[in-house]
Amino acid sequence: MTPLTQQSIIDRISTLSFENIEITTLLGELSVTVSVDKILPLLSFLRDDHTLMFKQLIDICAVDYLGRSPRYDIVYHLLSLQFNCRIRLKVAVDESDATPSAIHIFSTANWFEREIFDLYGLVFMGHPNLHRILTDYNFQGHPLRKDFPLSGYVEPLYDPIQKKVVYNPVVLPQEFRDFDFLSPWEGMTPQRPVLPGDEKANVTIAPKVTGTL
Amino acid sequence: MGIITSTDLPNTFQYKHLSAQDMTAHLQDEGANKGYVLAKLDEVAAWAQAGSLWPMTFGLACCAVEMMQCAASRYDLDRIGTVFRASPRQSDLMIVAGTLTNKMAPALRKVYDQMAEPRYVLSMGSCANGGGYYHYSYSVTRGCDRIVPVDVYVPGCPPTAEALLYGIMLLQKKIRGAQTTVVVRS
Repeated sequence: MTPLTQQSIIDRISTLSFENIEITTLLGELSVTVSVDKILPLLSFLRDDHTLMFKQLIDICAVDYLGRSPRYDIVYHLLSLQFNCRIRLKVAVDESDATPSAIHIFSTANWFEREIFDLYGLVFMGHPNLHRILTDYNFQGHPLRKDFPLSGYVEPLYDPIQKKVVYNPVVLPQEFRDFDFLSPWEGMTPQRPVLPGDEKANVTIAPKVTGTL
Repeated sequence: MGIITSTDLPNTFQYKHLSAQDMTAHLQDEGANKGYVLAKLDEVAAWAQAGSLWPMTFGLACCAVEMMQCAASRYDLDRIGTVFRASPRQSDLMIVAGTLTNKMAPALRKVYDQMAEPRYVLSMGSCANGGGYYHYSYSVTRGCDRIVPVDVYVPGCPPTAEALLYGIMLLQKKIRGAQTTVVVRS
């Protein structure tokens, strides 16, 4: 069995001749950005092509780029166990866009898509059970959006008169305290696009595991 | 067993200040000499309660690992009569071991309500005490004392098994000091 190189993956994907496809390799990782209508054909191609065999969907997640249009990225991570290769697919969407559900290609997408719906409020078309999965019952809002307040809106409290747990508006008796004086994310500016501490790492050499494990 | 008036027992022994070993020796001594033992009912009741605290198994996060460690052979909670139960109806004590999330809070209260009186709550670790690391989070209850009344707080993140054991012994001390029967003064 010949090992699968990133170039051969790129060559295989190029045979699809999709428009608006962007393929990048950074830090030894292969990323493909496609438009939202091409994601399902690309997923099924990567899964079914016998020279690629990306048969495992590792994760689907989303990223909120507040202020960008379209605002969100949906990111798919695939693994080809056969060829020991990984690939990342990105789709830029907005709240109003309905991303097609990947359940019919990877059944594990079910809970991943529910999680994204729960935490980001992005809708997946054709999902059979698009309900919240992680947050509290009757939770309002989508907590991983950048404009969601850290402490939320309500907090539970036992009411001895009603004899049940009720929800009241959040009251923080103590002001928010930030102990992290130089957060890596705050330290990164457009003028200085390097995280503090990154200068210690030599990023030009991608680590390659050789020999027996 | 009726109500004991405080004047009936002028020379009863103060059991609550004794260690379990001394108490056993004293009781054997009393029993051998007289064939009966005199004690205050509330002290006997408190002694029995403190010596058989059965905690509800309620592990929520990493604190539960320390709780298991405390129950395992090195610290061995069984030797102070503390045996984990799987049902709230058989439990006297609830050890809230870990992060109490908002989604879990009504369930925790329901479990507490199902426990028979007298019941006690031990809050274990920073998260259960006051939210801890997740104090400002949208999904974590800022202290389990918002949901259930807490008797003993054990600090730490997570507290060591020794700390939990000390917390349980403090609770025993609290139970021994409590008056559980009504005393009619004549």
